[in-house]
Amino acid sequence: MENSGASQHRILTAREAGYVGCRMCGRANPVGAHVCTRCGSKLPTNGRAGLQPVWAWLIAGLIAYIPANLWPMLRTSVFGRTQESTIIGGVVELVEYGSYGVAFIVFLASVMIPIAKFIAIAYLAITLEGRTRLSTHDRMKLYEVVEFIGRWSMIDVFVVAILTALVQLDFAVAINPGIAAASFALSVAFTMLAAQSFDPRLIWDGPQKAGHYGKSGTKS
Amino acid sequence: MDSSSSLIVCPECDALHYDQDIPADSIGRCMRCGTVLAAQHAGAMTRITMLALAALVLMVAAIFFPFLDLRSHGLEHRASILDAILAFSRGPMIMLSIAVAVLIVALPVLRLLALVYVFAPMALGWHPARHAKAAFRFAEQVKPWSMAEIFIIGVAVALVKVAGIAKVEIGPAFWALAALVLITVLKDTFMCRFTVWKTLARRNTGS
Ligand SMILES: [Zn+2]
Repeated sequence: MENSGASQHRILTAREAGYVGCRMCGRANPVGAHVCTRCGSKLPTNGRAGLQPVWAWLIAGLIAYIPANLWPMLRTSVFGRTQESTIIGGVVELVEYGSYGVAFIVFLASVMIPIAKFIAIAYLAITLEGRTRLSTHDRMKLYEVVEFIGRWSMIDVFVVAILTALVQLDFAVAINPGIAAASFALSVAFTMLAAQSFDPRLIWDGPQKAGHYGKSGTKS
Repeated sequence: MDSSSSLIVCPECDALHYDQDIPADSIGRCMRCGTVLAAQHAGAMTRITMLALAALVLMVAAIFFPFLDLRSHGLEHRASILDAILAFSRGPMIMLSIAVAVLIVALPVLRLLALVYVFAPMALGWHPARHAKAAFRFAEQVKPWSMAEIFIIGVAVALVKVAGIAKVEIGPAFWALAALVLITVLKDTFMCRFTVWKTLARRNTGS
């Protein structure tokens, strides 16, 4: 598409031109608008969503992730003998069965992705002010990956639900959920909310002018 | 209409663009970050309506038909998606039961209904239904929380875990859900959010 800026080498942003872009429908609303005139979505007060909800959800997700790893995810009873397994324990069991591929998927979804997400969101929020090693484009890509991949961590919660529903053969074999299933589900939901409340336009705004409309109309 | 309606703002990087009409079956990207800003597919509204209706039918099949069939030590147990939802309903884990129900059934079904409500009148060339904007906003906001495709992968993992202690067969509901996932992916590739909003706004004013 064609940019509205006069020069080919400088990209004019909606903020510089005195508009607030709607992230839902792309409409250029006048500065000061609270509700988008095209789609009716709420617009953030300064034209950008703040970082407070991002940090709040991220910390909540981190707190919920601790018991999710310490407490059992599954309780398996075979002929009256009950065995409890944590997230990591479940991965180890899969490796012992020789199901390396599935073990890797579960490890990726339940351990690698959540931890990488905590680090990535914190990194994106911290590096808004000041210099960074990653370019703007790279940080944008990082944000897209985080937003896309976060929901896939829910796999293990569904595995627990399916196993509990399926494996109920009276006394012989029964599988029941552990408390970690609930705290893990909460942790995934909270980090999804953290990623969703992050406004990627802050990455492109650069460090100097977070939250102000001081320059509207002065550049062409 | 004022001049700002001929502009379009990139939702990811805030770059301002002139909103141009693009040729059929092509896409327009943001000059700065490459995000897709416009896409034209011939007959998109009709296709989305048909696919959403098909997905609703498959959803009903997926929920009520048996999903997996487990045999071990001479005992047999069948489970439907409904059973998976009710799995946590005993005791303090009921919240988790509700969460699973919301993520794999309630939200996908509500999202499909909202899409049919928005797109069916448009496909027929009528004015948008009342509250069509609110319905489409809901459908878009709910999208990341609608997790049928993640559930399918969960089933695959569960099958491997159970293989050691019992024999498991896949029931018809599994295939219904797999087809539903494919249809959802297909439907979302036809749908360009910004184009839908512009069409809704244009038809509402009657021009
Ligand atoms: Zn809008």
